[in-house]
Amino acid sequence: MARKDARLDVNRRKFLAGAAVAGAATTLTNGAQAASPGAAANKRLPSAVMPTAYQIATETGNLREPTTQITGRPNSDFMVDVIKSLKIDYCYSNPASSFRALHESMINYGSNKMPEFITCMHEESSVAMCHGYFKATGKPQMALMHGTVGLQHACMAVYNAWADRVPIILVGGTDLDAAKRPPGVPTLHSAQDINALVRDFTKWDDQPVSLQHFAQSFVRAYKYAMTPPHGPVMIALDAGVQQEGIKDAKSLYTPKYIAASPPHADPAALREVAKLLVNAQNPVIIADRCARTQAGIDSLVQLAELIQAPVVNRPNRMNFPNTHHLRAGNAASLIRNADVILGLELTDFWATVNGWVDNGDHDGHGINETRMKQDTKLIHINSVELNTKSNLQDFQRFQPVDILMPADAQASLPLLIDFVKSAITSERRTVFEQRGAALRKAYAQARERSRQAAALGWDAGPVSTARLVSEIYGAVKDLDWALVNASNGVSGWQHRLMPMDKHYRWIGGSGAAGLGYGAPASIGAAHGNNSLGRFSVSIQSDGDLMFTPSALWTAAHHNIPLLSVMHNNRGYHQEVMHVQRLSNRRNRVASLGKTMGPIGTSIEGPDVDYASLAKSMGWWSAGPLKDPAELGSVLKKAVQVVQAGEPALIDVWTQPR
Amino acid sequence: MRVVSSRFALAAIAAGLVLGFGAGASASEKGKQLFVKNGCWQCHGFVGQGGVAGPALAPNVMPVEAMSSFVRNSNRAMPPYREAVLPEADLKEIHAYLTSIPKPADPKSIPLLNQ
Repeated sequence: MARKDARLDVNRRKFLAGAAVAGAATTLTNGAQAASPGAAANKRLPSAVMPTAYQIATETGNLREPTTQITGRPNSDFMVDVIKSLKIDYCYSNPASSFRALHESMINYGSNKMPEFITCMHEESSVAMCHGYFKATGKPQMALMHGTVGLQHACMAVYNAWADRVPIILVGGTDLDAAKRPPGVPTLHSAQDINALVRDFTKWDDQPVSLQHFAQSFVRAYKYAMTPPHGPVMIALDAGVQQEGIKDAKSLYTPKYIAASPPHADPAALREVAKLLVNAQNPVIIADRCARTQAGIDSLVQLAELIQAPVVNRPNRMNFPNTHHLRAGNAASLIRNADVILGLELTDFWATVNGWVDNGDHDGHGINETRMKQDTKLIHINSVELNTKSNLQDFQRFQPVDILMPADAQASLPLLIDFVKSAITSERRTVFEQRGAALRKAYAQARERSRQAAALGWDAGPVSTARLVSEIYGAVKDLDWALVNASNGVSGWQHRLMPMDKHYRWIGGSGAAGLGYGAPASIGAAHGNNSLGRFSVSIQSDGDLMFTPSALWTAAHHNIPLLSVMHNNRGYHQEVMHVQRLSNRRNRVASLGKTMGPIGTSIEGPDVDYASLAKSMGWWSAGPLKDPAELGSVLKKAVQVVQAGEPALIDVWTQPR
Repeated sequence: MRVVSSRFALAAIAAGLVLGFGAGASASEKGKQLFVKNGCWQCHGFVGQGGVAGPALAPNVMPVEAMSSFVRNSNRAMPPYREAVLPEADLKEIHAYLTSIPKPADPKSIPLLNQ
């Protein structure tokens, strides 16, 4: 914050003197050229203008050679040491003056390794790439942003990460000393408290005023981000603290990071839950952001198998294999018949057990109706209870439950499993076997219904979403694939047609449904998956891509292999349906203008040429494809391109949903 | 009138998408155009195949009387289409189009659905 280093003050004065010399020299040169191109510049003309500092210095013999060098190591070198201690792979960033000192240290002192600087074209992309990377690898990354402007660009992606419970280390540059910071744009890009921009949707933030303070806060921020419930954290970095010289190197230290154990549910409450589950006639397990790793999935499978309970997998994470007979398809009918419902890290328990109908009743507010029986016992293990804030409403409607454990579900499952094992009797085991047999039959029937439904419109053009997903799976099924993004508009076919048997097969969506997530997050996830030998594929919607198309350049520049197949329905389709719904409700014909959807909702006229867009940024690309018969062969070529280490995009004109 | 004309022109273009690849040759042209113009495709797809936003309408098409009753009186996720928005004659044309959509191939015969 304050720059008190006398040595640096001297150097800063020298720097200013040097700048004055350079400026004066430029002025003189330009002036000479303007007055008489080709004439000798040393011919003095009489002038009423006051002499410049440079002129005075040359005439009095006090001209000194400028120097801008700081003796010893700059603070930002030590900052790089601290960052390296946490083994952060990448720093996704758009370059900016407010963190130039740290930038310089990272690439020169730090050899641009751990973290490696990844050049991004927009801060929303930087943060979303961190978002995708974490969900693919479990390792948090760093996004470095310009104070005020860059951070404001980043806000939507930060909120997505917050709502999706993803840890990201956000670092923003700022210049706090109003008396010393450069005037003009750098001052315009500074603020008293840049962290205020994201405080409502970050777990913690700080603005260190010294180098040691930075070391403590950076490690603390990392720890908070990585302690469930995960979330983004923010560190504001003053330009002065970054660029000053290290004063007392011997006293500096980097605090050791020790991962905190996740909050665990109360054993007494878990024991009670175990009894309820074992004795329930129709228990249902519903998992949302529960499993972080394969171990989490394995635990959930074990619990479900012990009592042969159906598991509803909410689409925000891969919690339970869709190849397992206990994976439930029709959540509504299960909830209707359930006597015990165990929710695991549910984002919205209310909407899980209640319904909202978007119709004109109640002055247009629609209908609320319960989906469950009156005496159904509700249980929730939910770490987000430990980390709520007031302003943004990601905590959803209030749903009272019978047993609430503010704790990490994955960490709490093993003890719950032990208690369930203890509570099972031979009589109950027989009941479980019968229930398991019925669920196995229901699972087979559901799979057959899916195939029947997928066959509808199979040869239609534009391409049906079921056909799109089937073709993609056909192209990648022999690889160690990971679906790193899928448009909500593909009707969830990926969960019905792509066998998801490992934790990285599916990493969920944006969190807050903020557009602009898909392209950069899938690139970030592909970046992480590439180091793990996985093949990344994304189903990319058109409207989402138009928010962050420049992310494509980053993938090409850094050789990040990703297969992006577009679900191009040429509209903001959710809004297409909303405006149609309101028009009908008001007994009016929806005005289409020159497009297929109601005015303001379509992305047509002109049709965006996504293949050319991607090609212009260094991607292999093809399309637009409108005939499903063309898709298989083009996908085959694209897979080869991606296997060779390049990104590839196929634009496919699709059915709306 | 200008709006109505442009809507029909648009519908013709949009319906062309369906005509080009999807439905059979016997399909009701007018019904297809009306299906698109009135936004049925938005939730049910261009060939009535259905999706997350709306159920399949074809090839198992409900009787026209039942369809009319449902469309006029729906008060759930499906917004009502009253006479002022969708005249009965147009609704019947749409029904004819849905009826003309051929049955899909047996999924057992589609290799990609048996992977």
